[in-house]
Parts: sequence; structure tokens; C-alpha cells
Amino acid sequence: MKTGNMRNAYGQALLELGRSNGKVVALEADLGKSTMSNMFGNEFPERYFQMGIAEANMISASAGLALTGHVAFANSFAVFASGRPYDQIRSSVAIPRLNVKICGSSAGLSDFGDGKTHQSVDDITIMRVLPNMKVFSPADAAETAKMVKVMAELPGPCYIRVNRNEVPEVTDPDEPFEVGKVKVLREGTDVVIFATGYMVYQSLQAAETLQEKGISAKVVNMATIKPLDTDGVLAAAAGMKAAVTVEEASILGGLGSAVCEALCAGPAESRIPVGIIGIQDTFGTCAQSYEELLKYYHLMPEDIVAKVNSML
Amino acid sequence: MEFTAKEICELRKRAAQLRSNLIDMIPPGKVGHLGGSSSIMDVVAALYFKIMHVYDDPKDPRRDLLVFSKGHAVLAQYAAFVELGYVEREALKYVKTLECTLQGHPDMDHTPGIEAVTGSLGQGLSVCLGMAFGLRLDKKDNRVYCILGDGELAEGQIWEAAMAAAAYKVDNLCAVVDVNGVQATDTVEHVLPDPNLQKKWEAFGWKTIVIDGHDMKQILDALEEAKTVKGQPTVILAKTIKGKGFTFAEGKAAFHNAAMNCEQYEQAKELVKKMLEEA
Repeated sequence: MKTGNMRNAYGQALLELGRSNGKVVALEADLGKSTMSNMFGNEFPERYFQMGIAEANMISASAGLALTGHVAFANSFAVFASGRPYDQIRSSVAIPRLNVKICGSSAGLSDFGDGKTHQSVDDITIMRVLPNMKVFSPADAAETAKMVKVMAELPGPCYIRVNRNEVPEVTDPDEPFEVGKVKVLREGTDVVIFATGYMVYQSLQAAETLQEKGISAKVVNMATIKPLDTDGVLAAAAGMKAAVTVEEASILGGLGSAVCEALCAGPAESRIPVGIIGIQDTFGTCAQSYEELLKYYHLMPEDIVAKVNSML
Repeated sequence: MEFTAKEICELRKRAAQLRSNLIDMIPPGKVGHLGGSSSIMDVVAALYFKIMHVYDDPKDPRRDLLVFSKGHAVLAQYAAFVELGYVEREALKYVKTLECTLQGHPDMDHTPGIEAVTGSLGQGLSVCLGMAFGLRLDKKDNRVYCILGDGELAEGQIWEAAMAAAAYKVDNLCAVVDVNGVQATDTVEHVLPDPNLQKKWEAFGWKTIVIDGHDMKQILDALEEAKTVKGQPTVILAKTIKGKGFTFAEGKAAFHNAAMNCEQYEQAKELVKKMLEEA
């Protein structure tokens, strides 16, 4: 299976944006070699602002750049790009709906070695609750690149969470990314799995196993977490016996909650049982590999299979 | 640039009119940030009516940008906006009412002339830094002004911005600290004293000018000097009196955000009348 590195794809896409759009600027807080924003900085030093380890200042300064007509990409690790400067995002950026695009890199558990302070279990939830904010969670490198380019054209604030690892390609590279549209990657008739980020791949693997056991699972890529494609979620869930959501983030307030909100707002027949798979209400921890953490937090294909089995 | 006695006199009159507009926004019983709005009013008069490039269209691309980081004192800006024709005088009556033009804190979406969203303290200087970056990138010579409170300087983000502005040699940015010595609950000295204000800004690499923030000539001279400073940002530490002009409120934390009673309101009206006559 073809793989691609999401953060490299992000860096490359940002660089290409810099070449095609002179209004794009980038800011970072001493992690550009990890977020790959430095690719942009190397080619466009005058449009690249190294803010030092000062994320609050980075976000509000991004707002100022947006107010003077620029499209500002602010880069850090997901924890330091979302939670740490939360009020700056809220007040300086989200209330006035400014063109600030926040990249939360090394998202979820992907920074496996650095442990709880560096692993973002809460970024989807806290970015989703902000009015005016759009929240994106790409499934692979190709989708990351497409998303970055769409974000630059999209008015208003956006948050994108980017995994730091090499991940399998699961989306069709020739298909454009559509904001706020769910994408069915595998058809099925018994159960629907709504997944986001790397969990899309895990869900596709689970669907294979389920098929062998005679269970037909539909897999839906939830690349846009907000605005949620409510109609798309309802359509994907129609006629299913159950739904499962899978995210590499807290089970509280993230994709699972969003899907439940959509289903319970729909017609009576849409209120099917929902199983939420994610990180239980806990922080991260260190491990020697990403996979080791995914196993530890029960985010493997076999965990998805077990959840589906328990629901049917 | 030398300012004539006539210009200074006119600006004093402006400031008196702005203080008159200020009390029109907060009739008896209506809570408002009287103290911090009146302490910065002379600086505001100088900025909007002499120092900054200001146009009939509040969005004119040639304009200089002014951001109140101490957003609670936005009533001082509203007082000026009426004189600039950005908002109707009538709107002063409806400050802080449902869906009104003049919100409790600066909101660019609601009020013509407001440049950002501020009020969550500590963020405005960073926003101004980003604006200064943006203008410089586009090779524009508009200037950016930021009003800070002395109590607000406890916010760490201010010093993040101060450090970065100096490192990037941002000289199209001028901050004015309204050193009125009083914050929400008590005097700055009692809440969190900062005896080294001047040294601190100097150490952060800013051109630092200390003035009497109610002396119009000193205000104008300092703001003009800031325009000539190259290779570093400028901060003006304007020593002021909280509630300046309203004797019953002067220097009192109780009037940080409070309502006047009928007697105080009548007194305030008398005081501004006298200010207008004397100016």
C-alpha cells in the first residue's frame, strides 16, 4: 500500500501556496523543523515569522497579519497550537472571523515518545466548540495537501490537525477535497463506521475483517469535523443497524459527539445505537512507537471489530 | 514638528468634548468604565485629531491603525467616533444594549472605526505587531498605535510581543501605556507593583518616553518623536489620573467600572461644561 508523510505533505503544500499566493504568510514557535513550516520559511524568509516559544503572541500576531490582508498560517504542535493559546484563538481570531489558519501538528498520539504534555487528546473538542472555527482532520498525506490549499481560499479561521507519521493512502488523490462533505470510502449495509485521521485506515482494515465474518461495514471519512455534514451523516447512517465513530482523540466532545448530535437531530429512524471509539477520558503517555500507543488506547482495527460485534 | 498654542488649545477643547460624550454614554445608574476611559482621553484626542492619518471613511486604506488593548476603555474611542462621524451621536445612548453598535468591548464587526477584537487583556499589542508586520511586508507607511493599561502589563503576552517587536525592529508601531495607577480592584501598587516600568521597556529594546498623559504638548511631542524613531518600536509611558476630569472619580478603583448616581452625574456635567469653557 502506498504511504505518505502527513507533515511533509503539509510543509510542501504550504510552500506551494507561498509560490502561488503572495498574501500567504507563516508564523511558527520554534517547531518549524517538526511541523515542516520551515520549508516555507527557507524559500520565503520575509513572509515567515519565527516568533520564538511564544504561542499566544504568535496567534494574536497572526490576527494582525490577517487584519492587514494576509492569510496567516500559524504552526505548532497541536497541544501548543490549540489549548495553550486558546483564548488568543477565541478572542483575537475566532470572534472577528479572521483569515488565520492554525496547524496543529504532531496531533493525537503521533508524538509517541514525548508523552502526555505533547499528545493532543483534546484539540478536536476545544477547537470544535469555538464559533466560526472550521475543524479539519485529514486521513492521509494527499488529503492534507488538498486541504491546506482549500483552507487558504476559505474565508475565516480554520484548524487542521496533522499526524507526524508516514501513513497509508486511503483517499483518492485525484478527487478534490470538499469542505464539510463526508466521503464514503467503502460501502456496507450492516454498520457504518465514521472515522477521522489515521483512524480511517484502521477502520478500513476493520471492515475487511468484518467482511470475512459476514458483516458488511460502511466506512466514512470524516475529514471535516466542523462544519459537520449533518445530511451526509444521516444519509450514511440510513438503514444501518448501528454506527461506530473512531477518532485518535478524547471520546468527549469530538467526532463521536458530533455524529451523535447529528443523528439525534434527525428523524426517529436515524437514532440508531452509536459506539464511540477514542481515547477514554485520560491524557496520553510515552511509548516506543506510535503503534504501541494505538494498541494501548485500543485504537486498533481489532478494537473496532470488537466494538461492532458488541453492538450487532 | 512644532505645535502651535492654537493647535494645543483646540485639542484640549476636543478632549473636553470627548469627556462630555463619555458621560452621555453612562447616565446615572448605568455601569461603565469611566475611570480608564477618561484617563486616556487626552491621548485619544491627540491621536485621532492631530497625530494619526484619519479619513471620513473609517476603512480608508491610507489610515493609521489604533487598537485599544485595554479594551474596556473603548468608550474613549466611541467618544471620538461621534466627532469623526463614524457613529451617530444617538448611538451613545444605546452603548452596551442588545445588538447595539457600541459594544462593551471593541468589536470591529459592530463598530466602524474599531480595528480588531480586544478586551481579553494582553492581546492587543500582539495584534498590533502582526499589523505592523503586514504593513511593512506590503511596503506601506501607515503607522500602528496600541493603547495598553498599566494593570494589563501583568499579562505575560505583552512581554512576548514586546520582545518580538524589538527583535524584528518594528518601527511603525507605537504603544502608549495609560499609567493611571489603578486597576479593577485596587491600585496597581497594591495589586502587583511594577516599580521598574521604564527600565523594563528599555531593557526590552523599546524607545521609551515618559510623559504627563494630560499635558497636551507633551503628548503631541512624544507621539511626533515616535514617528522619527528608526529600527525599534516606541512606547510612551503616559502618567495619568484614573477618572481624570471627574473629581469624584479621580484615582478611585471604585470608578474602574461603576455607575454614577444622579448627583455625581450632574456634577460630571458641570465639570465638562467648565472644561469646555476653559479650554
